[in-house]
Amino acid sequence: MLSKLSLLLKPLLQSFRDLAPIIIVVAFFQLAVLQQPIPNVNDILLGTLLVAIGLALFIRGLEIGLFPIGESLAYSFARKGSLFWLLSFAFALGFGTTVAEPALIAVADEAAQVAAEGNIIAESEEAMESYALGLRLTVALSVGIAILVGVIRIIKGWPIHYLIISGYVGVVIMTGFAPNEIVGIAYDSGGVTTSTITVPLVTALGVGLASSIKGRNPMIDGFGLIAFASLTPMIFVMGYGMLF
Amino acid sequence: MELFTEIIVTILETVRDVLPIAIIVFGVQIFVLRKPIPNLNRTLLGFVYVLIGLALFLVGLEKALFPLGKVMAEQLTNPEFIYQGIGEDLRHALDTVRWQDYKWVYIFAFAIGFATTIAEPSLIAVAIKANEVSAGTISVWGLRVAVGLGVAIGIALGTFRIVTGTPLHYYIIVGYIIVVIQTAFAPRLIIALAYDSGGVTTSTVTVPLVAALGLGLASTVPGRSPLLDGFGLIAFASLFPMITVMGYAQVSEWWTTRKQTDRAPENSEK
Repeated sequence: MLSKLSLLLKPLLQSFRDLAPIIIVVAFFQLAVLQQPIPNVNDILLGTLLVAIGLALFIRGLEIGLFPIGESLAYSFARKGSLFWLLSFAFALGFGTTVAEPALIAVADEAAQVAAEGNIIAESEEAMESYALGLRLTVALSVGIAILVGVIRIIKGWPIHYLIISGYVGVVIMTGFAPNEIVGIAYDSGGVTTSTITVPLVTALGVGLASSIKGRNPMIDGFGLIAFASLTPMIFVMGYGMLF
Repeated sequence: MELFTEIIVTILETVRDVLPIAIIVFGVQIFVLRKPIPNLNRTLLGFVYVLIGLALFLVGLEKALFPLGKVMAEQLTNPEFIYQGIGEDLRHALDTVRWQDYKWVYIFAFAIGFATTIAEPSLIAVAIKANEVSAGTISVWGLRVAVGLGVAIGIALGTFRIVTGTPLHYYIIVGYIIVVIQTAFAPRLIIALAYDSGGVTTSTVTVPLVAALGLGLASTVPGRSPLLDGFGLIAFASLFPMITVMGYAQVSEWWTTRKQTDRAPENSEK
């Protein structure tokens, strides 16, 4: 009974430790800098408790669900040796997880507004909607390609920095040609694509692949998929901005 | 009761977000690989935990952190707060924005960037994996603190950029050059992980708060447009962790070689 209780309490305490910095920062600025009382104390306490329970459950779920399935997929693919299906899976995972990403939908709508105000597209509901949808598909496509290229890299064992640095060169060159209004959005779109569920899955997939292919080191070759997924959207979005 | 419906709605929304991923993953496992899923019940339970956990996490953030954080971001960027202590006559004499007046904004940006990154679930996931793969060489907390510092520096610098109105791409390009130089000197094992940590930092917790800060700042600083200058903070937050994580590896490598010179070859083999 006691051990069961501590099994429940331990992750909860850990999540509170994870949240402690936020609580301290918010309390300090509210009370000491802005010198205002904390509003709705009850709501805030309840919310913090929910966040802590949620974080503890999420991490438990990672360990027994997301990580194992990502790894088992990677092992099965490596053993089966079907490159076609592995690459299709990589693309589908990148595209499928990005196209419905709420953060991306928000950024795409904002981008459409910027474009309309900058007279790049007509200022009508319809034009803005189709612009936002086009942007979302562009980003999803770029993430799909990123994961695909990243998986090829793991299989071939290419050093990651050559690919990433060439990507940076691509970003810098595109910055010179892309319309000014799109640059900030393009840079931000790199950061918003990778969601809380995609990251553990993709990481487990990469590490699993690198550990089951002979001659690959999971540390050197297994990581890096997320890096690709945050780089290609910048290039693709600037390209999108140049086309329209 | 209201809270209960909110939780249910959020769980349903999370299910909708996760559904495409689940279909792809389970579909491939069943139809392409034609293999039963090992420990099916456990894995499904894991998915359920992830769904409920994420939903509770989001509801809690909406209840506690986001409203307060957004109000604070607005108040800190409010001219009335910025110019308190500066005389009325002097304030009108100042045509140009003085970046020094925004010191609390930078400090807040730094602190909230660090604090929210420490609680970011996807970073915890990557840190757990990196710890496991590196056989404990990379500690979960070490990586999270390094990334948190990177985001903190990035967002603080990003708010400074919005206040001064300097072009975003100069900063980003200089950052890239630093990353490239560091790549040449950092231990090889850390490079891929450092690149990854750029992308994982900005999700559930950090983005909404940082966006509120950027938007608040861009709409109150004279001469800035929220639509043109409000963007870019996330880009900063994804760039600087690469620098700090490689820096962390460089420092800890230097530390180990200094402490145990005789065991160094053994360590670098791993």
